Amino acid sequence: MNTDDISAVLIEELGRIAPETDASQLDPNAELREELDIDSMDFLNLVTALSERLKIDIPETDYSKLATLSHAVDYLVQRLEVAV
Amino acid sequence: MMGEFRMPSLGADMEAGTLVEWLKRPGDRVKRGDIVAVVETQKGAIEVDIFEEGVIERWLVEPGTTVPVGTPLALIAGTQPAPAARVSEVAAVPAAPIPVAPPSVEQLPATGRARISPAARRLAAERGVSLDRLTGSGPKGAIVSADIERAAAAEPLARPTVTKRLDLAEVRRAIAAAMARSKREIPHYYLSTTIELTRSLDWLEETNSTRPPAQRLLLAALLLKAVAHALGGASEFNGFFTAEGFQPGAGIHIGTAIAIRGGGLVAPAIRAADMLSLDELMAQLRDLVARARTGALRSSELSDPTITVTNLGERSVETVFGVIYPPQVALVGFGMPVERPWTAGGQVVARRVISATLAADHRASDGHRGALFLADIARRLQSPEIL
Repeated sequence: MNTDDISAVLIEELGRIAPETDASQLDPNAELREELDIDSMDFLNLVTALSERLKIDIPETDYSKLATLSHAVDYLVQRLEVAV
Repeated sequence: MMGEFRMPSLGADMEAGTLVEWLKRPGDRVKRGDIVAVVETQKGAIEVDIFEEGVIERWLVEPGTTVPVGTPLALIAGTQPAPAARVSEVAAVPAAPIPVAPPSVEQLPATGRARISPAARRLAAERGVSLDRLTGSGPKGAIVSADIERAAAAEPLARPTVTKRLDLAEVRRAIAAAMARSKREIPHYYLSTTIELTRSLDWLEETNSTRPPAQRLLLAALLLKAVAHALGGASEFNGFFTAEGFQPGAGIHIGTAIAIRGGGLVAPAIRAADMLSLDELMAQLRDLVARARTGALRSSELSDPTITVTNLGERSVETVFGVIYPPQVALVGFGMPVERPWTAGGQVVARRVISATLAADHRASDGHRGALFLADIARRLQSPEIL
């Protein structure tokens, strides 16, 4: 899975949480929680979906690394490399 | 004995509802908790569950018809006498369908909701999948995890259409009516305290560090559980104020305020919250939030909360002073957890704290009891491992 694939998965899952917004138009450096009005339950659902789809663990202590779209993609790429 | 299935009241603010769809047909056998119809209300499309047992004799109202609250929608033959006051009976009703041995296996259709594996039930709660229309592929039609996965995968297609049903202008009008009545009729008093959260948050972090995301807990679950336990010794905050005065609730059904994307909020109940383990409570909270946002709440969840908890969560403000939802008599509000200077052993230290407030009805309780109630919540949050 390359960076584009991971980015697509992330955007798709964000779209599920915030169906009224177009996640593909997000500023990659904007704070996701602010931008999409995500609460802690939404965020937990996002982490759950990502960890199941990508088959990686995302510990709670790493949540801050998912703050923006671009950070989240970097982080997920790195986790996938570790997982292989 | 013939009974009537009526348009339910889903709160003090609801006057009428529109029947959208029948999910059971004349001749179908129904039991307590079965979802019989979908009605459109100011709170969106609501699944209406039945409180009686019997056979649907005939429909009295056709889909598309708007009728006042209390209007009979269908006749039910062979009913057990209906409970006098539904709200006083709710403790007996499971918050979610619980697997029970069906009395007569032959009579149950393959989609009978009684048969489901515990793993599938957990998964359904996590994914917010409604069990009612699922066909099981397991032995004797039992719903298994694979069925839930399939339903969850199909969900994205169904969601947008359901979400559109929620008329936000109607939601706003419903909130306006209930809150105006509250401020007109209820003599509110307000108390506030600051609770140290170190133990709760440390315990949460430790617990979650060994769990996959699907099984992690949120602080909200701990807060709700602490309130539920504290209500056990503070019954004057749990119930309804009616023409006869204060009526204590038969169970502890905590209305949980959930924001709707785009505006408005609903506060469906987590039923018998004091009887649930933290994990069960968390699973129900996840399920409720998911269904609140897709507009698939059940009538019983909206009609019988005995108290409301509002939890503003992260990225918000420190303190919330709630407006009581009539005919309830109390609302507990939690602000955002924050790090603040705190004194411990004569030293000023940085500690994570949360503000807890109580808005309560002075006709049902006094500030002294309210203060003890809030203090009890604070005390329980210092021992999260026994919540």
